[in-house]
Amino acid sequence: MALVLAGLWVGQNVSLLPVDASSNAPVYDSLFRVLFSIGTILFLGIVGLLIFSLIRFRRRSWETSDGEAIEGNLPLEIVWTAIPAIVVLFVGIYSYDIYERMGGMVPLNDHSAMHSSMGSSMEDASMDSMAPEGQKGAVPAARVWGGINGAEVAAGALPVELTAMQFAFIFHYPDGDITSGELHVPADRPIELRMKANDVIHAFWVPQFRLKQDVIPGQPTVLTFTATRPGTYPIVCAELCGPYHGGMRTNVVVHEPEAFDTWLEKNRPAPPPLPAASGAATASTSAPAAGAPPSKA
Amino acid sequence: MTLASPRDFEPESLQPQGWLRYLSFSLDHKVIGIQYLVCGFLFYLIGGALAGVIRTELASPISNFVSRETYNQVLTLHGTIMIFLWIVPVVNGAFGNYLIPFYVGARDMAFPRLNAVAFWLIPPAGILLISSYFIAGGAAQSGWTAYPPLSISTPAIGQVIWILSVLLLGGSSIFGGINFIATILKLRRPGLKMMQLPMYCWAMLGTSILVVLSTPVLAGTLILLSFDIIAHTGFFNPTLGGNVVVYQHLFWFYSHPAVYIMVLPAFGLVSEILPVHARKPLFGYTTMVYSILGIVVLGLIVWAHHMFTSGTPPWMRLFFTIATSFIAVPTGIKFFNWLATLWGGKIALNSAMLFACAFIVNFVFGGITGVALAQVPFDIHVHDTYFVVAHFHYIVYGGTVFVIFSAVYHWFPKFTGRMLNEHLGRLHFLLTFIGFNLCFAPQHWLGLNGMPRRVAEYDPQFAFWNQVSSVGALLMAISTLPFLVNVVVSALRGQPAGDNPWKALTPEWLTSSPPPVENWLGEAPLVEHPYGYGTEQGRLDLEATTGQEIWSGSRR
Repeated sequence: MALVLAGLWVGQNVSLLPVDASSNAPVYDSLFRVLFSIGTILFLGIVGLLIFSLIRFRRRSWETSDGEAIEGNLPLEIVWTAIPAIVVLFVGIYSYDIYERMGGMVPLNDHSAMHSSMGSSMEDASMDSMAPEGQKGAVPAARVWGGINGAEVAAGALPVELTAMQFAFIFHYPDGDITSGELHVPADRPIELRMKANDVIHAFWVPQFRLKQDVIPGQPTVLTFTATRPGTYPIVCAELCGPYHGGMRTNVVVHEPEAFDTWLEKNRPAPPPLPAASGAATASTSAPAAGAPPSKA
Repeated sequence: MTLASPRDFEPESLQPQGWLRYLSFSLDHKVIGIQYLVCGFLFYLIGGALAGVIRTELASPISNFVSRETYNQVLTLHGTIMIFLWIVPVVNGAFGNYLIPFYVGARDMAFPRLNAVAFWLIPPAGILLISSYFIAGGAAQSGWTAYPPLSISTPAIGQVIWILSVLLLGGSSIFGGINFIATILKLRRPGLKMMQLPMYCWAMLGTSILVVLSTPVLAGTLILLSFDIIAHTGFFNPTLGGNVVVYQHLFWFYSHPAVYIMVLPAFGLVSEILPVHARKPLFGYTTMVYSILGIVVLGLIVWAHHMFTSGTPPWMRLFFTIATSFIAVPTGIKFFNWLATLWGGKIALNSAMLFACAFIVNFVFGGITGVALAQVPFDIHVHDTYFVVAHFHYIVYGGTVFVIFSAVYHWFPKFTGRMLNEHLGRLHFLLTFIGFNLCFAPQHWLGLNGMPRRVAEYDPQFAFWNQVSSVGALLMAISTLPFLVNVVVSALRGQPAGDNPWKALTPEWLTSSPPPVENWLGEAPLVEHPYGYGTEQGRLDLEATTGQEIWSGSRR
């Protein structure tokens, strides 16, 4: 009893995790606390039993006899088969529920993400993965292989494209045609991160978001998340990708929504098609991709 | 198929005698067992030195000790050496070869020549692997997992040599597995039933089944990978239409069972050691057997839990979560049975027992983090971080390597006829246990808080606990010294052990120490109750003791 209480206390009060900064994180943390409590109870119980046995049943120097010849005890063995089975079943169902809440159980290929046409809103989730070629506009929708797809975020999510390469993450905002080495996101708005890798496998990991997804060459992947707590957090590559793997990191900056709009405005490249916009060279941090001033036409 | 007796092939004058036979193509299973053990330990020292390089590099947050390329070579070699050249050969090959023929009442393994071939594949493969460090381009840099496309884009020669040596070692492992299965099933002494075998036989049977089923998959995968590297085929190369996730599935189809190939024999060894030093029968023999078989079956269907952040469909993640979690059930049975074996015993807290009990502590800890890691949402945060590094070191070092040391303390009297020094043994235990926990426990926190694995540089906020970890690694390195001194000095001048210093009942103790060629001078003994402690001898002793002893024995 004291053991259970101790385990629960440790599980609830000892914090081993970094600050939570996404809608995933509190859910994850509640799972962590449950696992930590159960683990502490089991570990303390087993180690306590072991140490007690070692002391209580140690061989004294004058003793030459054997211990009792207990070959087994079927009811007891059934009990300690059943207890782990129940614990494991409970943990499994609970973590399934957690995963569901994190949006991980949404079937793949429901999203027709990774549109080649920028800025278009998400097509609805009804695309048949068997025949992606039938998509209008003859743009074969890339198959989405994995990732945690938030169920409810199909509409209104901010799309961001992530290209991982040795040894950098490059972010591109199709909405504003902004390219950035840091990820800037507004708080409390779903982000749809469309990820692709150029060379080897990388992994996108934000510890404070409790989120990780491999970025696999040849397999475009969509990761959806909602940041909640403004601040700057590290983005870490978590899959060995070469010599500079340890240096492949950047930051995610979570803004208040208004601050994000400001950031978006500030970094938006000057619209090149307008002939009057010749003085747009001040958009310094923006990408040159489409922002090159029209040469003399 | 030849039916000639071994004597026709080996006139005694041609076989090297004395210590030289350990360098020969000996067919004696005991010699081969010692060959595996010593050879494996030499590779352990090399792998340990590489771990020292890693921990020295990580003592500071910046990459300043070795170059980044070298660092990746070092971590690749460390993992490969420790798994394929130390743990798998020693816990299977060394103790398996030494003990299994005794346990089944045979005079040698079923295929002695295959056995010698299996051993002699290992030193060349190991030397090949290590020497690749010195060639142009260096050794493989893509980790022991060798995930493409990284393994395709890093220097090719080192990677191909890595593949070659792993193929050789896999071949050695398969030969050994076939040999164990044949020996256990076909060479049992007449009258000895399967359910009377010591538990290590069951563990080795299960392990060998895993070896024979899964290692060929690794071999095929690596051959395809080498084609991708040499011949520019496109099996796994996405730019040529290949699929990298398929490689991961194939790789882990072997490499997760490989974890059980490393720990099941350790479970078996612990099941031999605990009853002897606790003077009690092994608790729940039958459930132990079934839990081994359960682990074998489940171990084959859990591999994708290494890939929860790769592209796997959700239902597969769910399936592998549940399958993985359920491995905790048969494993838990074994641990509770061991605790019940200790309960009510007359426990001798010698070095063998200390290491075996520390194994229980470490493995329970690693098992609990393992069940946590099996949960997809949990794993998504800590996958490929130092949490995983800590977890699997608790399993393979805190689990298997502790058992290897325990087994050396237990069987050294049988190997050499001399006892190991108990004081040095306890010093070794203390340093290893403290150093190990100091090294790996903080890494759980590091992983949870954002330190990925396989990095040469890290966020400075993690510096303190990395330094603690490095100090622990230093202690582990120092702990090897008393062990080495103990083994060398005791082998030459240790206290004579007699044939059966532990008064054990399993058949290897019912012959001289060290045992003669072909194990017994007369007929092999029929041991129907390998764990029959306390049944006859114990009762007799109980009646012969004084009332005070009975009182104190039952009170305390």
